[in-house]
Formats: sequence, C-alpha cells, structure tokens
Amino acid sequence: MNEVVEIENVSFRYEDHFVLENVFLTVNEGDFLGVIGPNGSGKTTMLKIILGLLHPSSGQIRVFGRSPRHARHLLSYVPQNAQIDRLFPVSVQDVVLMGRLGASKAVGRYRSSDVKVAHKALAEVDLDDLSDHRLGTLSGGQRQRVLIARALASQPRLLLLDEPTSSVDSRVELGFYELLKKLNETVTILLVSHDLGFVSTYVNRVACVNRRLVVHRITEITGGEIKGDLYDEPMHRIEHVCRI
Amino acid sequence: MVEFFQVLSSQSFLQTALTAGLLASLACGVIGTYVVAKRISFISGGIAHAVLGGMGLAYFWNLNPLHGALAAALCAALIIGVISLRAEQHEDTIIGALWAIGMAAGILFISRTPGYKVDLMSYLFGNIIMVTREDVYLIAGLDVVILVLVLLFYKQFLAVCFDEEFARLQGVPVDFIYILLLGLIAVTVVILIQVVGIILVIALLTLPAAIAQQYARNLAQMMILATVLGAVFVISGLAVSYGPDLPAGATIIIISGTFYILSMIFKALHVRVSSRLNHVNLKSNHNNNAADL
Repeated sequence: MNEVVEIENVSFRYEDHFVLENVFLTVNEGDFLGVIGPNGSGKTTMLKIILGLLHPSSGQIRVFGRSPRHARHLLSYVPQNAQIDRLFPVSVQDVVLMGRLGASKAVGRYRSSDVKVAHKALAEVDLDDLSDHRLGTLSGGQRQRVLIARALASQPRLLLLDEPTSSVDSRVELGFYELLKKLNETVTILLVSHDLGFVSTYVNRVACVNRRLVVHRITEITGGEIKGDLYDEPMHRIEHVCRI
Repeated sequence: MVEFFQVLSSQSFLQTALTAGLLASLACGVIGTYVVAKRISFISGGIAHAVLGGMGLAYFWNLNPLHGALAAALCAALIIGVISLRAEQHEDTIIGALWAIGMAAGILFISRTPGYKVDLMSYLFGNIIMVTREDVYLIAGLDVVILVLVLLFYKQFLAVCFDEEFARLQGVPVDFIYILLLGLIAVTVVILIQVVGIILVIALLTLPAAIAQQYARNLAQMMILATVLGAVFVISGLAVSYGPDLPAGATIIIISGTFYILSMIFKALHVRVSSRLNHVNLKSNHNNNAADL
C-alpha cells in the first residue's frame, strides 16, 4: 500500500506551549481517516502542517514522499464553511474555478478545459444547474458542496476537510457523508471533526487528537472497548472514551 | 443644475473637471469593488491619509504635489501591506498610527514652506474645478495601468480576496498579489484625491461599490455597476454644486451617501415584501394541493 502522508515524531509549539507533541501518523492510499478532537486539541494545526501552511517545530513530515510544499498540487483542501464571506459577490462557477488556479495559465482568463473540469466537479456534487448563481444565495449545505467541488476541480489525490458539517443540519450532514463515501472510491480523504457523529459510519480509521495522537481502527471503536484514553468527556453518539 | 449644463459647452475648465470625474469613476468602480469585497476600507483609509505627508514634502521641495502624493501612496501601501501580512496583532493600531503620522507630517511640511501658503482645504477636501489638463492625462494613464493589471490578474485578485489560504495552496503568490492590490488602491486614492480630497476619498471609493454589491452577481458586474454609479454621482455632484457655488467634493459625497442609504432601505423592504409574497405563494399552493385532494 502506498503511503500518502507520513508524520514522524512531529511536535508543534508556540513559544513554550505545545499544540502537538510527538505525533506519529501514516495515511495510506484509499484511506478515509477521521481526525477527531475537541476545540484547541491541535487537529487544525495538524491539517495545516500537512498542507504546508505551518512547519513543525520538530519531526519529519512527508506527503506523497515529498515535502508538503512540493506536494501541494496533489492535495486539496475544504475549509470550514464559516470562513467564507456570504456577502462576497461571486458566482458558484467562479468559486469552483479557483480550484484550477494552480493548473491554469498565469495571466488572463481560465482555459476552456479548466471550465470543463470545473463543471464536471460541480456535476459530481449535483450542483451543475446552479453554476451561475451567486454563492450567497445558496443554502449552507449547498455552499459546502461548492467548496468540495472547488477542491475536486484541482483533481487531488488527497482531500483534506476541516469541520465540513459544522454549519449544516443532520439530514444534510448524512447526504454529505454519502457524497464523501462515493468520492473515497478514487480519492484518499482526511476529515477533521470535533465529534465522531456520523463520521464513524464512513471512516475506516479514527485518529484521536489532544496534543498527542492515537489511531484506532474503526472496528475497535464500534466494538465499544478502546484502549488508550484521550479525552475527559465521552464522544458524541458513539461511546468512545479516550484519555491522555 | 441646469446652469451647469448650459455653461458646460462654453467653459473648458468644466469640461476638464467632468472628464477628470468620469475617468476617476472608472478607477473608483474597479478598485472600490475590491476594497468593499475584501473589507479593507480601513487599510485604504490609512493609505489615503498618509498621502498628505508626501504631498506636503513635495510642496516643501517645490515639486508637483501630485507626484509626491503618488510616491507617498505607494510607499504607504507597501509598508501597510508588509505589516498586515507579517504582524497579525496590532495591525489596526499600526495602520492608525501611519494614518495620523502621514497627516501630521504633511501639515508640518506645508506650514514650513516659505512663500505663498497653499490652500490646505483643497488637499483635504479636493477641488475638481482646479484640475488641469495635465492632471487629466495623468489620471487617464493611471486608469490604463489599473485596467491592464486587473485584466491580467483578475482570477488571482478574485482568489486572494475571496480565500487567501486556498489561493496560497493553489500556488498563487498571495503576498505579491495582495501588495499589488494595495498599490492599485494607492493609485486610485491619488486619482480620487483630485475629485473629493483626502478626507472624503474613502467614501467615494466604497459607497458606489457598496451599492453595487447589493445587486451584482459577480465581481465584474459589481465593477461595471460601481463605475456607472460613481460617474452618475460625480456628474450630478458637479452639476448641483455649480449654481449655488457649493464645494463639489462634499456635494458628490452627500449624493453618494444618500443613494447608499436609500438603496439599503429599498433592499430591506424588497426582502420583506418578497419573503411575504413567497409565504402567500406557499399558502396558495398549499390550498391548491388541498383542493386537488
């Protein structure tokens, strides 16, 4: 099996304060990995280290066997919905085309092939008919799918998502995970969430983060008995108690 | 107002003023759109006010104040750009300080300049009637620079304004594009200072774009609409102020501000009425469905 992400003994700290400490993690091709942890546990920091936006204070990280900066064209990112300004006057198609920035020419308009890829990505998330609409007029769930389409437009081999369902209701959330499951047939997925919720039904492994990191196979969790303890509070929906 | 259009054909200084106003609307509509969409009017205000330092220094050295303004605006854009990219904390404090220091330096330079005292009010509040033919050429040249750069880097500017982080992951040189954008804002500020002066420049930069934002579906539409609105405000401000001899800059801003408020009220009422209509439609659909059964 090919290793997509290898994190080896990575620590990250702001001055004296450790956000991540001695973290080991391997993500294999085809994985659907859920990274779970409470607010401030370091999970978003870990995501940004994989993306190459932050650099570890110590330790090694390889993404597709390269440094994260040099692997950027192989991965794509879906940020939290709340990070996006709803009033920004931009059409759905223009947002998705941003996923083609890295592949398109440096100056002037996008190529027609880029527009084609963008429409294909929109079709994959079932939003092709809304491509001319202004982003702000869409529902929260639709906007989230636009951001997925934008990530898909760059044709990544690894898709990273940060709290993708934090602002949608549970019906939309379920449809959303069904979509990710379908995408997982071709793309490796790493999904960050503050609770297990529906994630547990779809992922094959769970990494619990709270400064340190413990990986569970999903069968261990649904089995009910977990070794390692990471958290003080029980996780939502699934009785998974981790304590560090 | 009628008087303005009657004398327009015979008075070349009014034609020059009108041309300057229309050319300024173009820069104002295109760049104002970015300022409003990316919500950086405070940063733009910092650039605008720091300009007085450059104007004062140029005046002190007996150079063209407009050239001093351009140099100061570009320097301020670079400094503020680097600060806002590097220092996450105290960004607003540093911009506020630069804002005030620029103005204070300008006033000191002007007060120390020997000989005829320039009318400080015309820097602060603009004097479009005094715009010369050379100024118009400079404004036209700067317009061309703005349009060419925006056309070349339209998709990068959009991506950086919408989501800097994602743009960076796509390999866009975000820092460069951001500082280039602030440079274009600086150029626009210098153009608009001719029309409404330093104090009112942010209003002219943001009000037409803010109205346009309520109706546009994308950035390009917003730019076109904001340019048209800016032109309408500048022309009507000139026309209204001419007869009773009011300050043109302030008149332009009052008209823009009034339209902005009216537009907000209109939009709010529109939303309420359309949501009520939807409600009625739903009800009648419901009744129809009930009748079908």
